[in-house]
Amino acid sequence: MSETTSSDAPRAAVGSTNKEDKSSIERRSFFSWLALGWLGFAAATGGFFTVIIRFLFPNVLFEPPQTFKIGYPDEFSPNSVDIRFKKEFNAWIVRDDESIFALSTVCTHLGCTPNWLATDSKFKCPCHGSGFRMTGVNFEGPAPRPLERFKIGIADDGQILVDKTKSYKWEKGEWENKDSFLTV
Amino acid sequence: MENKDNKSILEKMGESQVWKSIIRSGVPKTRRQRMHAILGSVFLHLHPARLPKHAVKVGYTWCMGGLSFFLFVNLTITGILLMFYYRPTVEYAFTDIIDLAEQVPLGIMRELHRWAAHAMVLIVWLHMVRVFMTGSYKPPREFNWGVGVLLMTLTLLLSFTGYLLPWDQLAIWAVTVGSNMARATPFLGHEGPGAALLAIGDINLIHVGSDVRFGLLGGRFVGEATLLRFYVLHCIAIPFIAMIFMAVHFWRIRKDGGISGPL
Repeated sequence: MSETTSSDAPRAAVGSTNKEDKSSIERRSFFSWLALGWLGFAAATGGFFTVIIRFLFPNVLFEPPQTFKIGYPDEFSPNSVDIRFKKEFNAWIVRDDESIFALSTVCTHLGCTPNWLATDSKFKCPCHGSGFRMTGVNFEGPAPRPLERFKIGIADDGQILVDKTKSYKWEKGEWENKDSFLTV
Repeated sequence: MENKDNKSILEKMGESQVWKSIIRSGVPKTRRQRMHAILGSVFLHLHPARLPKHAVKVGYTWCMGGLSFFLFVNLTITGILLMFYYRPTVEYAFTDIIDLAEQVPLGIMRELHRWAAHAMVLIVWLHMVRVFMTGSYKPPREFNWGVGVLLMTLTLLLSFTGYLLPWDQLAIWAVTVGSNMARATPFLGHEGPGAALLAIGDINLIHVGSDVRFGLLGGRFVGEATLLRFYVLHCIAIPFIAMIFMAVHFWRIRKDGGISGPL
């Protein structure tokens, strides 16, 4: 880059003083054109990388929606864990004596997916053996904290609406939040 | 201010170990040093260290070789980006192409790739026309002309293999027709001259399930296997071969006495 400037510019200037060469351009206008050229190049390069980076952030996702309806509250029987929504939405719907809540299926140890073992009445992680009670509270294995709960509410048509964009952590006292469970 | 702090940031940067480990020569001041700086860089050394004055005359070279390379780089970059969204399967290929225009950000990446591909075929031909018209294929450049003919063939093969990837009716039938030519390959195509001679007793070695067309398509007709095969050829195999020949091509320009000029 600087090579072009240092090698070409003086030669053009020398050429114009030593002999009358009308084809050679003035030193001043050479630098103007050089600056203009580099500015244009910088703008094009900047635009190019902007386009490439924008291209990598898709407008449409081929993923299940973050917010979804799961049916009416009376479809969930008391003291049960519903595993129908695990595969697509990564959530268990649990109903205990007084409430319905949506548990995240992500183990709080290293992010594997535990299984609901109905006979033992616990969530057991196959990776490192972490165990969680039906409430989502950890009681065995390396998991350091309970499973997270998702925001849950009633939609306009009376169905239960789960919103995964908001999650509630037990250790922060967020399970007291009224959006983290449904009273039945 | 102390005297040693009078150096500018640029000067300090130029003296740092990091800078010196990357740029091995200092600021070149003589012609010899400039040439050394070019030869010491893996990217610049393919290019001539010094250019003859006639080399920059666009009226003579048309800049067709440079534009061919520019389009190749362009196609490589846009092609890599397209690979992030395109899946070469019968189930997804066509709809992914639609998505590339309709919902993928900016929607023009495939158009850039397509138009650059058309332009490259045209420009490569014009490059050959220029080289032919100026007699630049004559000794000592006859070997590089041969390399150039191979590169042109590879360009056409890239164009042909890329043609199938949209997986629409045009693509499927164009490649069906195009690959039918391989049936008539001497000895290796099952309808070609001499194919019947390749037999052991009554057993034909070259038939519809074993000839060169079968090998190209990965089946008896253009199908799932063909799409994947053409995708790999288009994205990996042919660009890889083309890059090797391009390196030879550029290097030989210099070894054959630099770019040819008016006599």
